[in-house]
Amino acid sequence: MSSATVAIQQRSRTSVYAHAFGGMILRDARVIVREIFPFLTRTIMNPFLFTFVFTYVFPKIGQGFNIPQASSGPQISFATILVPGLVAVAMVFQGISAVALPLVNEFGRTREIEDRVMAPVPVAFVGIEKIVFGAIQAVLAAVIVFPFVIIIPSTPVSIHVSNWPLLVGMILLASLVSGALGLVIGTTFKPQQIPLIFSIIVIPVTFLGCVYYPWARLASIKWLQIFVLINPLVYMSEGLRSALTPELQHMPLLAFTLALVGALAILSYAGLRAFVKRVVN
Amino acid sequence: MPTRTATRKPRAPRKAKPPKDEPKDYVLRVERLVKVYPGPGNSPDIRAIDGIDLNVERGEIFGLLGPNGAGKTTTVGVCTTRVYPTSGHVQVDGVDVRKDPARVKLGIGVVTQFNTLDRLCTAWENLYFHCRYFEMSHREAKQRADELLQQFRLSERRKSFPDELSGGMAQRLQVARSIAHRPSVLFLDEPTAGLDPQSRIALWEIVSEMREHGITVVLTTHYMEEADQLCDRVAIIDHGKILVCDQPANLKKTLGAETVVHLHLEKPPDGLAGKLKRLSGVVSVDASSDGLRVLTKGGGIVLPKLVNAANKYGLTDVSVAEPTLETVFISLTGRELRE
Ligand SMILES: Nc1ncnc2c1ncn2[C@@H]1O[C@H](COP(=O)(O)OP(=O)(O)O)[C@@H](O)[C@H]1O
Ligand SMILES: [Mg+2]
Repeated sequence: MSSATVAIQQRSRTSVYAHAFGGMILRDARVIVREIFPFLTRTIMNPFLFTFVFTYVFPKIGQGFNIPQASSGPQISFATILVPGLVAVAMVFQGISAVALPLVNEFGRTREIEDRVMAPVPVAFVGIEKIVFGAIQAVLAAVIVFPFVIIIPSTPVSIHVSNWPLLVGMILLASLVSGALGLVIGTTFKPQQIPLIFSIIVIPVTFLGCVYYPWARLASIKWLQIFVLINPLVYMSEGLRSALTPELQHMPLLAFTLALVGALAILSYAGLRAFVKRVVN
Repeated sequence: MPTRTATRKPRAPRKAKPPKDEPKDYVLRVERLVKVYPGPGNSPDIRAIDGIDLNVERGEIFGLLGPNGAGKTTTVGVCTTRVYPTSGHVQVDGVDVRKDPARVKLGIGVVTQFNTLDRLCTAWENLYFHCRYFEMSHREAKQRADELLQQFRLSERRKSFPDELSGGMAQRLQVARSIAHRPSVLFLDEPTAGLDPQSRIALWEIVSEMREHGITVVLTTHYMEEADQLCDRVAIIDHGKILVCDQPANLKKTLGAETVVHLHLEKPPDGLAGKLKRLSGVVSVDASSDGLRVLTKGGGIVLPKLVNAANKYGLTDVSVAEPTLETVFISLTGRELRE
């Protein structure tokens, strides 16, 4: 037996896996640092323009949304409603552009994922790394987007965090769900179908994700209120709403937490399964 | 085909064979391997591998030679944990590929048919991160990446991205990356397909040098020169089955012929084959695309007789060559390797 073989047997498996996993995170981080400008652009553009047009331009030109308030409640601007929603969208969008789009190309065109697949770990680890790194980028996106959605509006934005652990927990959970959603999408579509990802996933998920309106408001369109519950973005928006703008109506804590944990479990399972299937024949 | 120009033999002296009674140290064992792919739509299943047995000794350069679709890539895929076997067993360094793929991957290096270099990373980073995937520290990985760039004459291209490298350089970088973690077995799937003759020879030299690094090489190819010049042993594979497996010289010996005479004819050789077969010194006669291929032995005496007999059939050209592994393949299958 060669000395190499003996060495292999003596190494601890945990250490081998941890190093490989860390190496992949490092590689992804290197790539992001090199592509910092595209990363920032794709992260900022949507929330920036959205807040700019709807919460700066609209009020200035006298075109606005008339948001009926409960007579007793405090006056809440549309800008305030938007904050949690736009942060949630930024995270989901990051999960898709950071995980799904590169993966579609790596599988379909360049096959460069091969090298990581040949790392000394079970293949599912490579998929888990994708989810984790997608989540890291989603957290960064949330942090970057916050100031924009708070500073730009010309109407007052009232944010107060009374429960920090809730906010941190929600951001972590939402970012992992975004990464897992990215993995599912990335293992499902072919390179030529990328435009389809936007029209059949990104746009409907965003518009029907309780981003621009709290879920409770949908009560007047009952079927829609129930229908949107299949959309994980709804729970992210609502979860962040409860952490950032607690005075706004939002779902109960237990409901969105359970839904997000469930979504994470289902999306991770489906994504990892599809990933392994794509890699091993 | 540019392959004809590549005639150098970059072969290092062979390792002394262990004495007969010592059990052989097989680094790769393939036993009764079968892989069936479901056919597309309603078409029947595809038996890509149809019962293969292989044993590769530690330190040898082993070739899988066969035409397109023979099952070479699938075989390598199973050995490298990328394809689930339908049945049979594969062990790499004593580890079963099905039971512990992660551990198998620790001990193998792989260069696939495709360029799988990380497009978003430079040449140096491709090596560096690969090392990091294999438990090396920052310092070790950095040192190893530098060392490999030098060894594979890529130092000036350390900052180039894969898309900026020529085919030959990209392939060298892939090989460098595949051995960066010092695997015991290196799998090369059609390593010189699509390379220009010079790059091909450069790659052959690199593969031969693997011996000095103590790395066993399993390579697939459909170029018979490559198998002949590079490999200690060659298995000829066709339709998912191993037809023969031996040293190239021994494979050619089994033909029982010293010379391959190619008669290029204008007219269809009806009846000519039968006539030639009866000549003494003729071992066998097969049809080729534009005439007949005649295997002969006993020196040049038979050649004038062949020419005489073939003249009536519009003989335009005669070529005489030593038998190659392609001749072996044709005599086994009746088909040519290429196309
Ligand atoms: N993923 C797959 N699905 C279905 N059939 C496949 C797949 N991969 C290979 N095959 C079939 O298996 C046979 C062997 O292919 P392969 O191993 O790629 O041959 P080679 O590498 O010798 O050219 C071919 O008939 C090929 O079409
Ligand atoms: Mg092949």
